[in-house]
Amino acid sequence: MCASCGCSEIVHSHGDLEHSHAGTLEHSHEHGGAVHTHEPAAARELRLEHDLLESNRLAAAQNRGLFEARGILCLNFVSSPGSGKTTLLERTIRDLGQHLTFAVIQGDQATARDAERVRRAGARAIQLNTGTICHLDAAMVARAVSELDVASGSILAIENVGNLVCPALFDLGEHARVVVASVPEGSDKPVKYPYIFRSADLVLVNKMDLGPYVDFELEAFTGYVRSLNRKATLLPVSATSGQGIDDWYRWLHEHWRQHGVPSAGGPTRTESASR
Amino acid sequence: MHELGLAVEIVEIVTRRAAGARIRRVVVEVGVLTAVLPDALSFCFSLASDGTEAAEAALEILRPSARVRCHACGADSEQTSVFACCPCGATDLEWLSGSEFKISAMEVI
Repeated sequence: MCASCGCSEIVHSHGDLEHSHAGTLEHSHEHGGAVHTHEPAAARELRLEHDLLESNRLAAAQNRGLFEARGILCLNFVSSPGSGKTTLLERTIRDLGQHLTFAVIQGDQATARDAERVRRAGARAIQLNTGTICHLDAAMVARAVSELDVASGSILAIENVGNLVCPALFDLGEHARVVVASVPEGSDKPVKYPYIFRSADLVLVNKMDLGPYVDFELEAFTGYVRSLNRKATLLPVSATSGQGIDDWYRWLHEHWRQHGVPSAGGPTRTESASR
Repeated sequence: MHELGLAVEIVEIVTRRAAGARIRRVVVEVGVLTAVLPDALSFCFSLASDGTEAAEAALEILRPSARVRCHACGADSEQTSVFACCPCGATDLEWLSGSEFKISAMEVI
């Protein structure tokens, strides 16, 4: 584009004149006698400083505020497909469902199978089918929470799409990120997927009952987690045999006591119960 | 492949800002801790920008190093990988930066 008159290309017409410019020729046109050059327009640099994760961060902060206000403990479960997240949730809901209320957001590419499984175990559940999208984001969770109508004092488990890569980037507003790894996946899983393990608050090593049959070293796995993340709690469990499951339940109770109470200003649990 | 959604967002933001001008270059910063693959982002950007004012834009991806503070010796250091280690050998580190993911600038013509 010409910087002076805005005409578009090297060959153009000004009124009834058509001509071509070779390089930067100075000349006059018969349009008011203006004299100008046709130099290539100077490129302009614009500073943007636009944070690309800001919209997700805002939606996550809104979710977190809603969870705090209503006393909902929100956990984001992330793992590879087939690590046993749904089996672990089913068992947890069956074992603790008499004392704790569970709501589950299930993220899968397709089908409502997992939502049906946790519903049968006793939880309210909603299935999100992400189609070709490989993760859940905070806005999807906000819509699901509003549709699911999660009760005050509940534990909301978000079962993210089975994927150790993409969900690492998206804060959903959860109180804790639970990464579920399973023994057949191998000891070095943490260093192969460093971003997700770095961001974990709790690492559950599931399928410990398969230990005798596969090549897995818990000590090596722990070392790999620690090379990325010094703070995460690490608990070996088996959702099928029940090994270590009480340690997971203790962790869950501790966090529920901390977050599963509406924030000041709202009714307390005892008051709600007595109404 | 969350990079496609991110590339679509980048194209939306820069074309809105360009307001009809042709975009020649877009500069994006991806921190050491940001789970975004630069090659995948570049590939997706070329798809997402097709038919827009950014169709011929070069996507320049900067990887700024991150600052960490060592809990063992107290020193600050620069790191270029998520597998970070203080020059003293310790890995117990506090990340002071590294989670950047932004469009820092663009060039229009």
